[in-house]
Amino acid sequence: MPWDLDNDRPIYLQLMERIQQDIIAGVYKPGDKIPSVRDLALDAAVNPNTMQKALAELERNGLVYSQRTSGRFITEDEVMLKKMKMQLAKEHIQQFFEKMHQLGFRDEETLEMIQDALKGERQ
Amino acid sequence: MKPILECQGLTKKYGNFFALSNLNLTLERGQIIGLLGPNGSGKTTLIKLANGLLTPTDGHIIINSMSPGVETKKIISYLPERSYLNTHMRVEDILTYYVDFYENFNLSRATAMLKDLEIDTHARLRSLSKGTKEKVQLVLVMSRDADLYILDEPIGGVDPAARDYILQTILTNYTENATVLISTHLISDIENVLDSVVFLQYGQLVLNATVDEIRSQRGKSVDALFREVFRC
Repeated sequence: MPWDLDNDRPIYLQLMERIQQDIIAGVYKPGDKIPSVRDLALDAAVNPNTMQKALAELERNGLVYSQRTSGRFITEDEVMLKKMKMQLAKEHIQQFFEKMHQLGFRDEETLEMIQDALKGERQ
Repeated sequence: MKPILECQGLTKKYGNFFALSNLNLTLERGQIIGLLGPNGSGKTTLIKLANGLLTPTDGHIIINSMSPGVETKKIISYLPERSYLNTHMRVEDILTYYVDFYENFNLSRATAMLKDLEIDTHARLRSLSKGTKEKVQLVLVMSRDADLYILDEPIGGVDPAARDYILQTILTNYTENATVLISTHLISDIENVLDSVVFLQYGQLVLNATVDEIRSQRGKSVDALFREVFRC
């Protein structure tokens, strides 16, 4: 099943995001070995060089590390994983507020609506 | 390592018409490249020159440091726009034919792919549908261990599911040192598997960039850019 990718953004960025998501969602656990570039590329139905670039970038961020002969692994640095999770959460919140601004809501109104929505859910 | 394909001032004239005009282009190894352009932009002319089916009016085309000829045909696996196979032959006979003809033809790979695509190897080619014929040809071409695969409109006639399988096949079968050059109009279908794209127009190079360069610099897909550049 090819990965769901947008048309207008660089592919390697989207691959990075998807792998980050998978790490957070627990598809990969800290210290897990990740599949080979070729297998991942086939799974995503993308060019192997693009997948290679995405993994190299994740490596540069420290999220994955490679061992010369045995492949690439997810970092075991829990602090870093937590940081990444927070970072992604922040981005989602920012995007959400931007959308609400576009709809003409002030931040306080948005907050109120969120609280109302949560109350509604609990009932 | 030397580039797999180089064009220097490559020109091809048909009468007074320039099909290709002073084209300079280098294709590196280990890449999947889309050859894109509107009808009559020179894509097939370039492909035929690379395969030694046409001779240049001017300039050079060099494959792995050689002029097109017997030696380059050994390392290029070419899917032409039109089939040259005898339609009376059965698929299994064509396989034997390919084994005889090409040193680098991998029979077990071909058989496995035909099986995946549920193609009956006892069937005569003429009894197969247009799409199935295309699949057979592509299987034959991708089953060679070549340095350069040149595919002229490989996926036009096949259904979307088979298209996915074919792209998968291309991804699985090309090796790190092999280059795949694909000419197609179905850009959005193949965009994700391409390293870079070459845009031709009026026999000249308009653009040569990686897919992600186009996306990050212009904020749009190659397909959208194509529609913009070549708007009628």
